[in-house]
Amino acid sequence: MAGAGGGGNDVQWCFSQVKGAIDDDVAEADIISTVEFNHSGELLATGDKGGRVVIFQQELESKSQPQCRGEYNVYSTFQSHEPEFDYLKSLEIEEKINKIRWLPQKNAAQFLLSTNDKTIKLWKISERDKRPEGYNLKEEDGRYRDPTTVTKLRVPVFQPMDLMVEASPRRVFANAHTYHINSISVNSDCETYLSADDLRINLWNLEITDRSFNIVDIKPANMEELTEVITAAEFHPNQCNTFVYSSSKGTIRLCDMRASALCDQHSKLFEEPEDPSNRSFFSEIISSISDVKFSHSGRYMMTRDYLTVKIWDLNMESRPVETYQVHEYLRSKLCSLYENDCIFDKFECCWNGNDSVVMTGSYNNFFRMFDRGYRQDVTLEASRESSKPRSVLKPRKVCTGGKRKKDEISVDSLDFNKKILHTAWHPQDNIIAVATTNNLYIFQDRL
Amino acid sequence: MSEEIEGTRPATDEATHEEQQEIDDNVISPEKAEEVKLKARYPHLGAKPGGSDLLRKRLQKGQKFFDSGDYNMAKAKVKNKQQLPAVTPAEKAEITGDHIPTPQDIPQRKPSIVASKLAG
Repeated sequence: MAGAGGGGNDVQWCFSQVKGAIDDDVAEADIISTVEFNHSGELLATGDKGGRVVIFQQELESKSQPQCRGEYNVYSTFQSHEPEFDYLKSLEIEEKINKIRWLPQKNAAQFLLSTNDKTIKLWKISERDKRPEGYNLKEEDGRYRDPTTVTKLRVPVFQPMDLMVEASPRRVFANAHTYHINSISVNSDCETYLSADDLRINLWNLEITDRSFNIVDIKPANMEELTEVITAAEFHPNQCNTFVYSSSKGTIRLCDMRASALCDQHSKLFEEPEDPSNRSFFSEIISSISDVKFSHSGRYMMTRDYLTVKIWDLNMESRPVETYQVHEYLRSKLCSLYENDCIFDKFECCWNGNDSVVMTGSYNNFFRMFDRGYRQDVTLEASRESSKPRSVLKPRKVCTGGKRKKDEISVDSLDFNKKILHTAWHPQDNIIAVATTNNLYIFQDRL
Repeated sequence: MSEEIEGTRPATDEATHEEQQEIDDNVISPEKAEEVKLKARYPHLGAKPGGSDLLRKRLQKGQKFFDSGDYNMAKAKVKNKQQLPAVTPAEKAEITGDHIPTPQDIPQRKPSIVASKLAG
């Protein structure tokens, strides 16, 4: 039985690696909060609730094992953000990394932006594989020599050393957001980026930290009139003047920065008409968009709300061109999902390299893939049970009612504490990174 | 002839619409059924005026502290819980000065940066 995959319906997903501790007692700091491949796919970054970033690097394919793609091993790890205290509001500012976005590589070093609720930081990750040796005034271990013992003069020479990967903060973009930052997005011009919080979006120059331009402001004059908040924002992949932002009411606005300095007026408004007779207390909550992602082509964008994934054609604002049900069986559980707050979970979504397949997470450590061309979907599970090297993942099925078949799992047995909120797809190959609460799974297609 | 087919209607749009209404009246959509359940448990939900409570809660997420001292105390308490092993009642009852501490007895200062388990 084939699973959904890029370019063909014959992709079989295999377990490759899993990172993180096995024990069930998860420390809050270890909860993974973001996962992102860089533009080449060679590097994979994760951020966690403890403010730490871990970067994995793919090994070069070995000649002895041509059937396997390179494994991802730890390349660098650093503390990006620390908890702070907002003295004015008497609130804690969490160190949790909300998003990581890589800059396209321009030289030997790699750069990424990481953000918590209030502050964005630009990190430089560089390699050092040689060091100067043969100083005149210092011993090799760093101690200073007695100047009276120096009788000769020599020129220090660079000698090879064990590879050292250093991460250093190059810019800190602070104090520009009153509300909590939910998104950052690097512009295709590679000079600017945007940061979005609940009510405002700011435009930054990567070189300048003391100035930021506000480009969207939806804060009402009277906060009592607040009806919607910004949930996600992203720049267009190749039009540097275009960006979109999604709202808690299920709408997406496309803005053109050439039209005006303040883009409160949208250029396009994407909204699916709602059947008023179907409206319930839950309608607005489940229509809130938790993630918006442009396709690599820039022609389409994908949105994720609580129960569905929708694909929109940028040329058509009236309704999405495709809608995929992620876990429709939860519609009859909304009351308990509201009570345990799960209805507010923010799931992300991602495209594969050629925009033919989309992926998103669900509960019980399930994740879903939808093949747009072959109109197929598959449910897979990230679990330790199916983590034997190169073992093929078996498709899972949720039984929605009536007689439960063998190997199916009933809706009431789903573990709602095991949620897959963050997934990432390698930009070219069929390699995916799936984050459970505190583990990172890497799956590949069977070669 | 027409009387016989009184009960059955031809498949026109109007007919199917009326049939649908009947079905809807008998079977509430699952979403609405869940709403009824919720309203039964929390009758005052959604009755408050002045902006959505949910949005307000979202804008001000996070625990409010009285001041920075309160915040630092709370943080210290969390750190202590994580690092100190359980103290037996016998040790608690010791009088100060009764026992000369050794390096093993003193609680370890928690390193400020604990490495991520993903990197382990």
